[in-house]
Amino acid sequence: MKLDSKVPSGPLEQKWQKHQFEMKLVNPANKRKYSAIVVGTGLAGASAAASLAELGYEVKAFCFQDSSRRAHSISAQGGINAAKNYQNDGDSVYRLFYDTIKGGDFRSREANTYRLAEVSNNIIDQCAAQGVPFAREYGGTLANRSFGGAQVSRTFYARGQTGQQLLLGAYSALMRQVGLGKVKMYPRTEMQDVVLIDGHAKGIVVRDMVTGEISSHAADAVVLATGGYGRVFYLSTMGLGCNVTAAYRAYKKGALFANPCFTQIHPTCIPHTGDYQCKLTLMSESLRNDGRIWVPGAKDEQRAPGQIPENERDYYLERKYPSFGNLAPRDISSRSAKEACDDGRGIGPSRYGVYLDFSDAINRLGKDVIKERYGNLFEMYELINDENPYEVPMRIYPASHYTMGGLWVDYNLMSNIPGLHVIGEANFSDHGANRLGASALMQGLADGYFVLPYTIGDYFVREGAKNISTDRPEFREAEEAVTMRIKKLLDVGGKQTPDSFHKRLGQIMWEKAGMARNEKGLKEALQEIPALREEFWNDVNVLGSADEMNMNVERAARVADFLEFAEIFCLDALDREESCGAHFREEYQTEEGEAVRNDKKYAYVAAWEHKGVGQKPELHKEDLQFESVQLATRSYK
Amino acid sequence: MNFKLHVWRQKNAAAKGRMEQYEARDINGDMSFLEMLDVVNEDLVEKGIDPIHFDHDCREGICGACSLVINGLPHGGMTGTTCEVRMRLFKDGSTIYIEPFRAKAFPVIKDLTVDRTSIDRVMQAGGFVSTHTGAATDANAILIPKDKAEEAMDAAACIGCGACVAACKNASGMLFVAAKVSQLALLPQGQAERERRVNKMVAQMDIEGFGNCTNYFECEAVCPKDISVKFIAKMNREYMRALVK
Ligand SMILES: Cc1cc2nc3c(=O)[nH]c(=O)nc-3n(C[C@H](O)[C@H](O)[C@H](O)COP(=O)(O)OP(=O)(O)OC[C@H]3O[C@@H](n4cnc5c(N)ncnc54)[C@H](O)[C@@H]3O)c2cc1C
Ligand code: FES
Repeated sequence: MKLDSKVPSGPLEQKWQKHQFEMKLVNPANKRKYSAIVVGTGLAGASAAASLAELGYEVKAFCFQDSSRRAHSISAQGGINAAKNYQNDGDSVYRLFYDTIKGGDFRSREANTYRLAEVSNNIIDQCAAQGVPFAREYGGTLANRSFGGAQVSRTFYARGQTGQQLLLGAYSALMRQVGLGKVKMYPRTEMQDVVLIDGHAKGIVVRDMVTGEISSHAADAVVLATGGYGRVFYLSTMGLGCNVTAAYRAYKKGALFANPCFTQIHPTCIPHTGDYQCKLTLMSESLRNDGRIWVPGAKDEQRAPGQIPENERDYYLERKYPSFGNLAPRDISSRSAKEACDDGRGIGPSRYGVYLDFSDAINRLGKDVIKERYGNLFEMYELINDENPYEVPMRIYPASHYTMGGLWVDYNLMSNIPGLHVIGEANFSDHGANRLGASALMQGLADGYFVLPYTIGDYFVREGAKNISTDRPEFREAEEAVTMRIKKLLDVGGKQTPDSFHKRLGQIMWEKAGMARNEKGLKEALQEIPALREEFWNDVNVLGSADEMNMNVERAARVADFLEFAEIFCLDALDREESCGAHFREEYQTEEGEAVRNDKKYAYVAAWEHKGVGQKPELHKEDLQFESVQLATRSYK
Repeated sequence: MNFKLHVWRQKNAAAKGRMEQYEARDINGDMSFLEMLDVVNEDLVEKGIDPIHFDHDCREGICGACSLVINGLPHGGMTGTTCEVRMRLFKDGSTIYIEPFRAKAFPVIKDLTVDRTSIDRVMQAGGFVSTHTGAATDANAILIPKDKAEEAMDAAACIGCGACVAACKNASGMLFVAAKVSQLALLPQGQAERERRVNKMVAQMDIEGFGNCTNYFECEAVCPKDISVKFIAKMNREYMRALVK
C-alpha cells in the first residue's frame, strides 16, 4: 500500500490556500443531498457537526455521554494557543508552527502543522463571536498567558476552564443546528463498527445504551471525532468513558493506525495512592510557572519536606535544564520525575511522587497573589489530598494524559479508507511525538471548524451523493457481528470483572510501555498482553443482558478492544529504535540521559495495517519530508 | 470506614423502583463518593448482582454527568459535585441514602441514571449566538471590560448537571436557564438576539415540565459551581424587558 499524504505542492505558506482553491465546491442547491455521520461531540466533533450543518449538509451526530456537552474536552483547563501576537512579543504563524513541529521532535507532517498554526487565529475569533468568555484585560482586549514552556504569551484562556468554555461554545452552535433540524443528535449511543460499501465508509452500526438495541445509520461520509486512547494505561487524566473502540474498529476494517506508541505523560498529576483509584487528576501545568519541583537529595528520606534543608534538596529540573528549569517540556519533566523516583528519591506513601513547592513564590509574591492565580487548583488539591498546599508542598507525579498517535489521515483528514475522516485527538496528524500545552484544543477546533468542512466537500463532489440504504447486506452483516460479539462477552460467564482486567492491562502498559521503554520490557509486554486477553475471554464476568442499559457490557466491550490494541502499541514502540519526544527508548540516550533521535532511519510515520487478531500487523511508512525546517536536536538546557 | 447504604434501584424507566440496602466496607477516607460506589459495585458483580448504575465521566467536577442525591441533597449539599465529595466527610459507621436527581423533566432511566435531555432542548431553543463558522471579526474588535467578562464567566461556569432542578420544590430550571441567558445578555455578542433568546428558552422550559421559581433558592445552595441567584433576578428583568419590547 502506498501512503499518499496528498500534501499540495508549492511553498509552505501557500499550500492551504492553494488547496482550498483547487478543491471542488458543492453547489449550494446540492448540499442537502449529501449527508455526514459525525461520531463524537467533543471540540472536534461538535465544531465539525455544527459547521457541516451550517453549510447545508444533513448531519447525524453521536456520543456516548447523556449529552453532547459532557465530552472529555470539557475538562481541559489551561488554554488554547493562537498566533495572534496580541502581546507584540514576536509571535507569528511561523513561530507557532515551528514551536509545534520542534516540540513534536520532528515527527509530524510539516504541511499539516503549518496549516494548524495558520488557522489558529480564526479559532479565537470564532469562539469570541459565540460568546466564549475569554479572560480580558482592563481595556477590554483579550488576555494571554505563557503556557507549557512557550517563550511567547500566546495562550488564550477562560479561568481554569478553557476546555469547558470552548466546548460549550461549540455545543451551543451544535444545539442551534439541532434546533433548526439540520443535525440529528444521538446521545447515549455508542458506535460499534464502521460499514464499508465498495471500499468506502458509508455508515456505522451503533448500540443504544439505554435499550441495548443495535441499529445502522448510512451517510455519504463518516467522521470519527472519538478522542484519544490514553486509558490504555487504565489510570489517566482522561474521562472514564474515553476508549479506543471507534478507532480500533475502524482499524480492523482496514484503516491504518499511525504512531500508536506516541502517548503523552503529563508531569503534574496527583500521584496514585490506592488501588481503588480509577483516574488521576491533573493539576494544571500553569502551576509550574511559580512552583519549584524537587526531591530529597538522599535516598529513602523520611523527614517531612519542611524539615529538609535547602542544601539537601535536589531541584533536578533547574539543575539539569538551567534555561527552562521548571518549565521544561512535558516529556522531559515527566521522565526526570521517574528517574528521581526510580533512584529511590521519590516521596509520599508510594514513593512515586515529587514535590511541587510554592513556598518561594509565596515569600516573593505573597499568599494573595498565589491565591488569585491558583486558588481553585489549591482547593481542588486540598479536597483530594487533605493537605494544604499553601503550607505543605504539593505531591505530584506523571500520568497518561494525551495520545499523539491515532488513525492515519492524509492532508484532507481522510484515512486510507475513502470517506472515513478522522479529526481531533483521534487522528495522528499534527503533534508528532509530543504535543505542546494548549495545542490540543487548537487542533480539535482547527479540524472541526476550518479544515474538515472544506475537505469533505471535495470528497462529496468526487463521489457524488449515493443515498445509501441501511437495508443493504453490508449493514446486516455488521449488525450481526456486533450482536454476536456482545453475546460472546455475556456468554463467557467467568469470575473476574472487566475492570480488573483493565487494571492489569494498565499495569503492564505503564511499567513496560510507559515513560521509558526498552526492548526487553516491550517483548515481555508482547507476551503478557495476549495471555491476559486469553484469560479475559475465558474468565470475564459480564452480568445482565444485551437488551438493557448495562455498564458491564459497555466496559467489557471497551476493555476487549484495549486488550487487542495494546499489542500494536507495543509493537510500534519496539519498532521505533530511537528516542523522540514522548517515546523514550532507554537504549537510545546520551550519557546524560538525553533522547537520541535517529532521523536517517526513523523520520517516518509508522502506519499499521490489521492482519488479524494476534497476527503481526503490517507496517507502512510515510516518509516525512521537511521542506522548510531544518531538523535540529531539541535542547532545553 | 464502613457504611450502610440505602440505594435506589430501578430496572428501567417503566419498572417500579425501591430502596435496597448494601454494605460499603473498608472504605478509605480519601476515596471520592463514586470511588466508594465503584468498590461496592465490584463487590456486587462478584456476587452476581447487577451493579448500581449511575452517570459519571470526568470524575473531577466539570462534565456535570454525576448526579446523585445523597442524604436528601443533590451532590450531598457539599462543595462541588458528587464525584468531588470525599468519604472522610462522612461519619464512620453511618447510613447513607442515595437516590437519583428527581424531577418531572428528568425521568429515571435505570437506578440512579436519569434522562436530562430536556436541558439540551432548552439550549436548542435559544442558548446560543447565531453566528456561523467563518463569519467572525477579529476577536479584539469586540472590546469587553474585564469585570463584564468576569461576570459573564461566573454565569458561564454552569456545568448543566441539574442539581438546581433536583433541589427545587418546584423542580424549576430557572438557575440553569438564567445562567445561560445572563452570560449572553452581559456580552455584546449576545445583544442581537437578547429578547428572542429569553422568550424562547423560557417557553421551552415550560414545555419540558420544569416548574416555576418561587424564590426558595435551594438551587443556589446546592449548585456545585456557586452560580448566584442574582442571575435569576437578572433573567426576570431580561424577560420583562423582552415582554415590553
Ligand atoms: C485533564 C485534561 C486537561 C487538558 N487540558 C488541555 C489544555 O489546557 N489545552 C489543550 O489544548 N488541551 C488540553 N487537554 C487535551 C484536550 O482536552 C483533548 O485532547 C481534546 O479535548 C480532545 O478533543 P476531541 O474532540 O478530539 O475528543 P473528546 O473531547 O475526547 O471527545 C470524544 C467524543 O467522542 C465520543 N465517543 C468516543 N467513542 C465513541 C463511540 N464508540 N461511540 C460514540 N461516541 C464516541 C465521546 O462521547 C465524545 O463526545 C487536556 C486533557 C485532559 C485530560
Ligand atoms: S463525573 Fe464529571 S462532574 Fe462528576
